[in-house]
Amino acid sequence: MAIVLQDVSYTYMANTPLERQALSGISAVIQEGSFTAIAGHTGSGKSTLLQHLNGLIHPTSGQVLMDEVNLQGKGKAERRRAKAAARQVGMVFQYPEQQLFEETVEKDIAFGPRNLGLSEEEIEERVQSAMELMHLDYKAFKDVSPFALSGGQMRRVAIAGVLALRPKYLVLDEPTAGLDPRGRRKLTETITRLHREEHVTIIFVSHNMDDIVRLADRVLVLAHGKLLAYAPPQEVFQDSRILEEAGLQPPEAFKLADELRQAGFDIPAHAMLEEDIVSSILRLYRQGR
Amino acid sequence: MLSDITIGQFFPGDTFLHRLDPRTKLIALIFLMVAIFVFHTFGVYTALTVFTLALVFASKVPFGMILRSLKPLLWILLFTFFIHVFSTPGESLLHLWRFDATLEGIERGAFISLRLILLIVLASLLTFTTSPLKLTDAMEALLSPLKRFGVPAHELAMMMTIALRFVPTLIEETDRIMKAQESRGADFSEGSLMARIRAVIPVLVPLFLSAFRRADDLALAMEARCYHGGEGRTQMKALSFHRLDGLAFVFTALFLIILTISSGQLGGVLWG
Repeated sequence: MAIVLQDVSYTYMANTPLERQALSGISAVIQEGSFTAIAGHTGSGKSTLLQHLNGLIHPTSGQVLMDEVNLQGKGKAERRRAKAAARQVGMVFQYPEQQLFEETVEKDIAFGPRNLGLSEEEIEERVQSAMELMHLDYKAFKDVSPFALSGGQMRRVAIAGVLALRPKYLVLDEPTAGLDPRGRRKLTETITRLHREEHVTIIFVSHNMDDIVRLADRVLVLAHGKLLAYAPPQEVFQDSRILEEAGLQPPEAFKLADELRQAGFDIPAHAMLEEDIVSSILRLYRQGR
Repeated sequence: MLSDITIGQFFPGDTFLHRLDPRTKLIALIFLMVAIFVFHTFGVYTALTVFTLALVFASKVPFGMILRSLKPLLWILLFTFFIHVFSTPGESLLHLWRFDATLEGIERGAFISLRLILLIVLASLLTFTTSPLKLTDAMEALLSPLKRFGVPAHELAMMMTIALRFVPTLIEETDRIMKAQESRGADFSEGSLMARIRAVIPVLVPLFLSAFRRADDLALAMEARCYHGGEGRTQMKALSFHRLDGLAFVFTALFLIILTISSGQLGGVLWG
């Protein structure tokens, strides 16, 4: 099972002078169980692409298949099937805490499951498990107003609200933006655990190349609405032309490795993370070089 | 749906309508609007329609955009039209329950609708060809003689600038929040009226919160840059009249004078 993008193009405000092509001819397969990163400069079409993944917007041309169901259904029966398929994809927007609206944390997280028309017991069970996944103590937080929480906690409540829909695929648009380093690290860990233990397919947008190298098994690089690369991050970042064209900075450690290599030190090409570089340097040091 | 809103949308260009001083355009618009309300004759309306179409053509604003500015008022237009069709006394064409559609009514409805359309098109031409900043500058300049009587001209203009500035931002924000709630299974297009009203709450609460937050931030940012009202404030691009403006004034005045003189002779009065 997978999300399949077939030659997806999207034009904003088509047939007006403000017409703008946001995506052109994107084809990619996002396999179930994968951990995919989406990278690109501001305005490269990342957010537009994300919105295609759960049928919020439909391609101007081309199609998006979700487990073989076209998300743009024609006719009533097909549209219902498309809607059900799109529900498999949970969408966490940028700054998701801005979508909170209920009086209590519990009610807000229950909003999604309630819209699905589930029974009260099922809703409560889902709220509890979603809060647990996001490290929010059910008893301590359920009756608290979401607006009384800290930024990081609000964000976790908002993500729990999406997880309560039990999506197979979770799409996150810059999930760690605006958090402090500790909140950033905790949220990253939580997302990794969702992938590893709950087997949720993760698709996330990030500007942090270190995160991408560390977390993702594939990275999809966009520039000006076109697909520049779709491969494991180690491969993509070795090709400096891709990064340059996409206007992205390589991971910090990668830059250091590059400089060491140019100075004549033997650093393996796959070394991209801090810890890889550190161990390479240690190895070289012990070898007495 | 949300992208249909064209209020305050500016179409950059370099036609003479774009180059005119915003004050000229604003004054001319006011006179033309008065003319639309004052005159009732067939000939004058033909002249005004031709004049408006000529301006639309000269502005190079695409015709589709002009039509879209009429779209939000479609229901009001239809409503006005049918009220007149059925409420004007005259020869009955169609009898429906207690009401009669009359030929006179159709004629009158058509003219009232045309009047509304002309008003809207002229007003949107102003906003299409004038940047919001220039427009509020012009408003401030024209209102400033009233400052003596305590009219807060600068504050009104600043409020308008800010409001116009945030229209697109709030539209974008609404769109984003609606999509976020839709992703959580909210449905805005189906269900009973009550269900739909209830469906708006998850959008309105976050929208208001963010609007207040924005207002706070903006106030802080303005204060941090020493904004203290209009007193002694100068403009980077001061408004100035040019020959083109003089020509435009003369032309509009001539046009209106000719209309006034000829209104008694052309076509005859349509209604009292």
